[in-house]
Amino acid sequence: MSAVAAGLALEARGITKYFGHVTALDDVSFEIAPGEVVALMGDNGAGKSTLVKCLSGAMRPDEGTLSIDGEPVVLESPTHARGLGIETVYQDLALADDLSAAENFFLGREHLLQGQPWRRFGHLDRRRMHREASAHLDRLSINLPDLRAPVREFSGGQRQCVAVARALVWAKKVIFMDEPTAALGVAQTRHVLDLIVRVRESGLAVVVISHSVPEVLEVADRIVVLRLGERVATLDPATCNGDDVVAAITGASTHRGGRSTP
Amino acid sequence: MTQPESSAGKPAALRGMTLGGLRPGRVDLSESWLYLALLGIVVGFWIWGGSGFFALENFRNILFDTSVIAMLAIGMAYLIIAGHFDLSVGSMLIFSSVVAAKVMVALAGTTEQVQAGIYPHATIAIVAGVLAAIVAGAAWGVVNGLLVVKKGLPSFIVTLGTLGAALSLAQVLSQGANISYIPPAVQSSFGGRLVLGVPLLVIIAAVAMVIAWYFLAKTRFGRWTYAIGSNREAARRAGINVDRHTFLLFVLMGVLAGAAGAMDLARFNTTSIGAHANDNLAAIAAVVIGGASLHGGSGSIPRTAVGVLIPAVLANGFIIVGVEPYWQGFAIGAVLIIAVSVDQSRRHRLATAGSSGGQREGRPRTSSRSGSRREGT
Repeated sequence: MSAVAAGLALEARGITKYFGHVTALDDVSFEIAPGEVVALMGDNGAGKSTLVKCLSGAMRPDEGTLSIDGEPVVLESPTHARGLGIETVYQDLALADDLSAAENFFLGREHLLQGQPWRRFGHLDRRRMHREASAHLDRLSINLPDLRAPVREFSGGQRQCVAVARALVWAKKVIFMDEPTAALGVAQTRHVLDLIVRVRESGLAVVVISHSVPEVLEVADRIVVLRLGERVATLDPATCNGDDVVAAITGASTHRGGRSTP
Repeated sequence: MTQPESSAGKPAALRGMTLGGLRPGRVDLSESWLYLALLGIVVGFWIWGGSGFFALENFRNILFDTSVIAMLAIGMAYLIIAGHFDLSVGSMLIFSSVVAAKVMVALAGTTEQVQAGIYPHATIAIVAGVLAAIVAGAAWGVVNGLLVVKKGLPSFIVTLGTLGAALSLAQVLSQGANISYIPPAVQSSFGGRLVLGVPLLVIIAAVAMVIAWYFLAKTRFGRWTYAIGSNREAARRAGINVDRHTFLLFVLMGVLAGAAGAMDLARFNTTSIGAHANDNLAAIAAVVIGGASLHGGSGSIPRTAVGVLIPAVLANGFIIVGVEPYWQGFAIGAVLIIAVSVDQSRRHRLATAGSSGGQREGRPRTSSRSGSRREGT
């Protein structure tokens, strides 16, 4: 791992987080390279969400260091992390349902009409935002029925695509996805998985929290397993099977194909 | 999920079609029913009441009657869209008008001059009084905003509290009586003034409506207002300073209620302490008739204007055609319920059929409502 440290999109060392007396994360390291999909797995309470929060600026770790592209950083807030090119797709999607897909894309980062008086009033450049959102969706081969319709009129899968696509508009380095397929049907899940693969091809680092072993085996380049706040295993989907993954998550037995980290 | 192969190349063309036009998602043809309803009511009274109703003079009266409530409805529309309420608007209005009256009486001249009906400094007194009303309203807006934002209290509770508190302070200031010796110039040169045949108060309300429409519909401020009401947490995660924005909306409401207080004082040349107990509900009704959801995230200023006008036209029309005035409340209540139910079923239809359901075959709709937390709003 240290051999490729220079090429890592994001690297965390010794991340520790306490909630009162509970150690939610205990000396966890994490690393991901550009163009890599890493699945973060673990049982409920294993510390997956806490780790993602620490890595995406939503939470300050009590100990540990973080570097992006080899540069050490301390993430102050999700806004700060976004400024550094780190985007997060939350499980509840964080979409404003009454706004359109294009409006959600640019929420909090709206383009304003240039020119003195308009800028002072904060006049939105709707045409430009719509054009850019439309072009971006085309690039990702995401088809939405109507970019101007409120996203509440969309299906669950379409809403998921909006949320993922929004993160992709802004992500420059890393994108975190918290159970992106949890609420989706078969066809919709398929679409989101395809999307993850396309994201990887664009050179972004993708971290996916998931409970679905088959999905993870399909799209991930590496599987990092947490258990009770510790990183207990790193598995290679090419050489392990579902039983190995489940074993690593539950701690039931040693695993065959994967390589384990101390 | 849509299958890519079934629609390859199609969406771009479809998007191109809608690019230059209005925004079909927000403003489609079926949304104009409210305007048609207002038109229908006007035509109905025209037929029923004839030229007694359908006359420029009468329309001027209707608009004049609505100018004060229109100011309140503007602020209420912003608050409701952002997912909040303000029940204290009527009390803020009264408090502001009492403050304005006190300032006017104090500055217009000495006590002896004023009691003799002489107002040497009437102009400056009136200007200062109007400014004082706006400051007084803004101060209550600050109180409401701070309690909601800093203490995290529900706006319903906070403004229920300030509803009583502001009215009570207004009564303390005025000793429960309407204030005497207000310079009559406030009515003759402000409240009752006509500009090109249109009452000045109507012009003020109309200008305020246009400005409010601009900022709500066209600017980032407005967009954030919708976003906060639609999903507060999403807005926060998107980097919007939700607390600051919410606070500003309460202050804006206070400023508008203060201005409305000055306008009310100027119109009647007296403080009307007992006359605004139902202003809060009237303003909320206007916004809701205008299609806003009480859960936030939707609503508009032009439709709120119609929501102000419909009850006013009904009240005026009933008087002119000689219906017993006791029926007014019934009719306005019925309009409120009809408007909301029409809106709700329309949106439901839109959501289940899909505003674009015809574009693509076989698009699964099964989960289209599952992610929606505010059905039918």
